[in-house]
Amino acid sequence: MQQLFNFFIKNKTFVLFLLLFSYALSLTIQTNEYQRSKFLNSSNQITGSIYGMFHSITQYFNLKKENQILLEENSRLKIAVFNQEKAATVDTLLEYKYELQPSLIYKNSYSLPNNYLTLNKGKSDRIKEDDGVITSKGIVGVIDRTSKNYSRVLSILNTNSRINVKLKKTNYFGTLSWDGESPEITQLKDIQDLVKLSVGDTIVTSGYSSTFPPDIPVGSVESFRLNDTKDLYIIDVKLFNNMRNLEHVYIIKNTDINELKALNSSNEQ
Amino acid sequence: MNNSVLKIILSFIGLVLLQVLVCSNMNFMGEINPFVYVVFVLLYPVINNRLLFIFTSFLLGYTVDIFLDSGGVHAAASVAIAYIRPLILKFLFGSAYDYQSIKFSTVEFSRRLVYFLLLIVIHHLILFSLVIFDETKTVLILQQALYSSVFTLILCLLFSSLFSRKET
Repeated sequence: MQQLFNFFIKNKTFVLFLLLFSYALSLTIQTNEYQRSKFLNSSNQITGSIYGMFHSITQYFNLKKENQILLEENSRLKIAVFNQEKAATVDTLLEYKYELQPSLIYKNSYSLPNNYLTLNKGKSDRIKEDDGVITSKGIVGVIDRTSKNYSRVLSILNTNSRINVKLKKTNYFGTLSWDGESPEITQLKDIQDLVKLSVGDTIVTSGYSSTFPPDIPVGSVESFRLNDTKDLYIIDVKLFNNMRNLEHVYIIKNTDINELKALNSSNEQ
Repeated sequence: MNNSVLKIILSFIGLVLLQVLVCSNMNFMGEINPFVYVVFVLLYPVINNRLLFIFTSFLLGYTVDIFLDSGGVHAAASVAIAYIRPLILKFLFGSAYDYQSIKFSTVEFSRRLVYFLLLIVIHHLILFSLVIFDETKTVLILQQALYSSVFTLILCLLFSSLFSRKET
């Protein structure tokens, strides 16, 4: 026992190094798994408010561009309203199960293999985990952590991200994931080789998950190839969103989610 | 003594904020970011309390990790270079290290360059192998570590000359 203590005292720097290094390694490995245990992240109060203070300065640099994006969206919505047939109002009332909440991005990253964003809305705005995040152009990601006033988004530019999408023309669906390379291109897998594809086809959300409503734009087909077993396509999808330049986003709240969850869990049993 | 402790605490906070608010958003040429916070580990005064030094370096890396949502990659890389720093100091400065009489502000440029380069390259290699975490992408790891190292090195040299100017 004495010798053991002596050994520790003699090598105390090495022991401390080993301890801290292995703790850091375990944290790293935990982040590489989806839905891991709790530890500190950028959606806590201190980091959130520091990002918030800095953002209140830097947001002025983007005002012009953001204004342009809002104007474009406004005009698109106005055109949709003008061209809408009057009788459609009854149906839309029945399908009113999603709510939108505008939000600002406090922190964005896209150059790592596992990217997260921090938003300035949290539990006090009734934001929950698994809510979807979109912009006027396309999808951004899914909320994976919330605190009182801030929330963290698992970006579609994260190797752990899996989003259910479909081809708009043929309704074949598959899973959108990211290989960690270009922040403009994501990969769509699980589309069968008998589906007719062409470059430029639009890809939208499928609506099979409770996170995103159907038909939200995602991107267009950039190129496609068969996988190793020659039966499924791997499609490179060029995103409509420019993930390098995001400022205003909408959080989609699914008001039916509790009912859906109850249904799913009763199925599993 | 109090003065130097205060200086260390202030530079800790300042470097973390600089890193997470400015340097991690630079994205030079698409995705190259410098990691200037390592200058804290590089210029930490040479005193004989390695335990505190290693622990402070861990805390620095971990704080950056919390801000950047990167798990523990910065913490691991910072602890590693804090641990091997004495070896490199001994190798480069020899007897000056044994007497603990190294002042970074007075070290000549070429030796400071080599010292910075060695530690920054080691830090970035550990960092990017943990960030990418995929043994099939070794080329990508080396490439990213190299580009970022050059960027970090330049900024760290600028920083060190700025601070040494102030001291004299």
